[in-house]
Amino acid sequence: MTKNNIKPSTQRGVSVFKTISKHRLFIPIAFLMFLLLLNIFIKPGFLRISLGRDSSGNPVLIGNLVNILNNATELVILAIGMTLVTASSKGQDISVGSTIAIVGGVIMRVLCGNETQPTELKAPIILAFLLGCLAGMVCGAFNGILVAKFKIQPMVATLILFTAGRSIGSMAMGGLKPKAVSSFGYYGNFIPGFPIPTPILITILVVAITYIALKKTNLGLYTRAVGINDRSSRLNGLNPAKIKFMAYVIMGFCVGIAGFVQSSRVQTVNPYTIVPGIEMDVILAVALGGNSLGGGTVNMAGSIIGAYTLQTLTSMLTTLNVNTNAVPVFKAVIIILLVAIQTPAVKNFFSNKAKVSKIISNQGKESA
Amino acid sequence: MSEGRLNIITMQEPLLTMKNIYKSFPGVRALQNVNFTLYEGEIHALMGENGAGKSTLIKVLTGVYPMDGGEIYIKGENRPVHIKSPQDAHKHGISTVYQEITLCPNLTVAENLFIGRNDELLVDWKKNNSRAEGILEELGIPAKPTQQLSNCSIAVQQMVAIARAVDMDCKVLILDEPTSSLDDQEVTKLFLLMRELKSRGVGIIFVTHFLEQMYAICDKITVLRGGELVGEYKVMDLPRVELVAKMMGKELGDLADIHNKAQTDNENTKEVIIETVGLASNSGVKPFDFKAYKGEVTGFAGLLGSGRSECVRAIFGADKVTKGKIKIKGNEVNITSPLKAMKKGIGYLPEDRGRDGIIGDLSVRENIVLALQAMRGFFRPFTKAQAQAFADEYISLLNIKTASADTPVKSLSGGNQQKVILARWLLTHPDYLILDEPTRGIDIGTKVEIQKLVLRLASEGMSVTFISAEIEEMLRTCSRLIVMRDLFVVGELEGDDMTQDKIMYTIAGVNKSE
Repeated sequence: MTKNNIKPSTQRGVSVFKTISKHRLFIPIAFLMFLLLLNIFIKPGFLRISLGRDSSGNPVLIGNLVNILNNATELVILAIGMTLVTASSKGQDISVGSTIAIVGGVIMRVLCGNETQPTELKAPIILAFLLGCLAGMVCGAFNGILVAKFKIQPMVATLILFTAGRSIGSMAMGGLKPKAVSSFGYYGNFIPGFPIPTPILITILVVAITYIALKKTNLGLYTRAVGINDRSSRLNGLNPAKIKFMAYVIMGFCVGIAGFVQSSRVQTVNPYTIVPGIEMDVILAVALGGNSLGGGTVNMAGSIIGAYTLQTLTSMLTTLNVNTNAVPVFKAVIIILLVAIQTPAVKNFFSNKAKVSKIISNQGKESA
Repeated sequence: MSEGRLNIITMQEPLLTMKNIYKSFPGVRALQNVNFTLYEGEIHALMGENGAGKSTLIKVLTGVYPMDGGEIYIKGENRPVHIKSPQDAHKHGISTVYQEITLCPNLTVAENLFIGRNDELLVDWKKNNSRAEGILEELGIPAKPTQQLSNCSIAVQQMVAIARAVDMDCKVLILDEPTSSLDDQEVTKLFLLMRELKSRGVGIIFVTHFLEQMYAICDKITVLRGGELVGEYKVMDLPRVELVAKMMGKELGDLADIHNKAQTDNENTKEVIIETVGLASNSGVKPFDFKAYKGEVTGFAGLLGSGRSECVRAIFGADKVTKGKIKIKGNEVNITSPLKAMKKGIGYLPEDRGRDGIIGDLSVRENIVLALQAMRGFFRPFTKAQAQAFADEYISLLNIKTASADTPVKSLSGGNQQKVILARWLLTHPDYLILDEPTRGIDIGTKVEIQKLVLRLASEGMSVTFISAEIEEMLRTCSRLIVMRDLFVVGELEGDDMTQDKIMYTIAGVNKSE
């Protein structure tokens, strides 16, 4: 008893740790921190950020963290949409990569017309952006109708665009492979004179809009309710079909933005190789964020952190000079570990261990 | 209640005898000292209301649940048998065909007949198909062996399931509500098959809610109520009214029933809140007229499956309305969705709490505000503080026992879950509140609380429809009862007519003066 009185601060520390560790963002954040520490360990200068100059002499921020934040943009934006899709329709949209090819194709066609190397943009960039988003949303609406109205399993429904999307993207460009002038590259790289990569700014904007939308509308509540029990949601005055449809259209909008950023990075689009396999990374980000892939949870912050975690992992493997062909294997191994830790079986195992060790240490104290 | 008389006359050894069966679940005595006897070539109905113990008895017999006490004898085995699993039951010749088809719809009829019945690696499907053809023909089942099962009608699928059971040498065939998704013609076909099996000496246990069908096909009836045996009767000895009385647990002429007091003084306020004219929906309920007045508690009475819930679901827009009109305070309204009904001031607590009521993983607070939130609209969410205030108000008002408003509703007890759903609808301040079996599966204390609440709401001017399988509850709370049988409204009882006898006579379809 007296011993307890001696160390109240550690006791409090333990209980604070307990509350923190129960927070729904604890595991996603812990993963990210762990990976960052690992990176620092591997490469001591990992956290350094410096101001350099690009080829045209403009100031730019350089550093691993900047690269991660920059390169994760598409993943983060797509993870936001995917979280809503997963929560409401209890399934995933696997067509996002192919739909980016469509969006990219539309944008390039709008900007370049029928020329391969136009000397000037054929249309305002804003128009290309809007049409790109529209293309994404039309694809989303198509998926949404199949899922919400015809009640096709999300993975089967989105398999259609997954299969056809890249060809449609190529057709949208008229079979050409145009390259737009470099001023279109501002959105995927830097705005001259401004050192922060534009994609990071776009991410901040999208995340901010998402935050406001979740705060100011019932997006979160409705998607969760529908994902948990759509029968009783209907009897409570919600329209499950409409909500699922909406989630897919929002997903399409996210694809539009991500596709715009991606096409702007190199000002050209190869629909057959653009963002290969990104759909699986996006789904993983959602899972890593602590969302149930069976629907009903909207842990948006978790998904975003999950996206950054994956990007950190990819970048770490690059730093380690892992052969590009072997990267997926390493990724897979680490992801299995990350996901396994979150399963109830492992959690219970560790909490039991903790209890046992606590008992042992208590016994030790008593005997001492 | 001496039931030994039957076998003395026949001198025949029963096919199946279940003696003094006991089974408890935590907090519930599901079966107490239940006896059941089945003879060869007999179609024996097992009747009872919800919670009577029919399905528990069947699950004990088929090895799904282990029994706590009692013995099961099967003809040809001289000691009591222990049935440990459904496979075990098969070995003893007991097969069950459930209401939902448990076959594989993607396989052919023949494959469904033979799959999983032997461990041979190589199967001669040609031989199997011709054997299947023989079986189907013999039993008069209109299906081809090579036809995919999902292409057959539900009735044929059910028949295939029966054929499978029969071909596996079953002596006891249990049909658990096989007719609930069949139309009249299909029922006739199924009955033909049942008679064929009967002539072969199979003993059939028939579980159904439909009185007509039971009288059309069965030889004997065993009635259960509240986990206890009420008795075993020959069908011809038990008229409909008596059967209904036995199922509901009321002796005829038992008028010692306290008629409620609170309602009659509401009669003067005759403002019609809601009125239906020839309303029918795609659930099959036949056109019905109904009126609910301000400050009145109405009820829909009838056996399970009689259409009680279907009526109120049509009013709330939960099922698609196919015919008829709804008028609210005299104005015709077009209710095509629950949201429209809610906006017209209707609230609906559904019968199946788990499937239609709660949203399990959402918190108590979110469950309480959900309906009001849906009415307010997508772009106008309540702040957390507002929602918390609503939740706190109703948690204390209805005395909901929960750790906090953040607790997921699924972790609450049944009664408290029901109160959360009640809170949800009270929060919308409806003019007309429908409570479909609000007291099902909850403890006595909460039942009484809910009934009192209903009366109080009515006295404050709300019009309430209260549906319960327990007739006493309805008599205690309702001032007018709509009586239903087989999806038809067959009567309306009010004032002094509201007695258990009259209700039972009306349900059974017998002239009440007799």
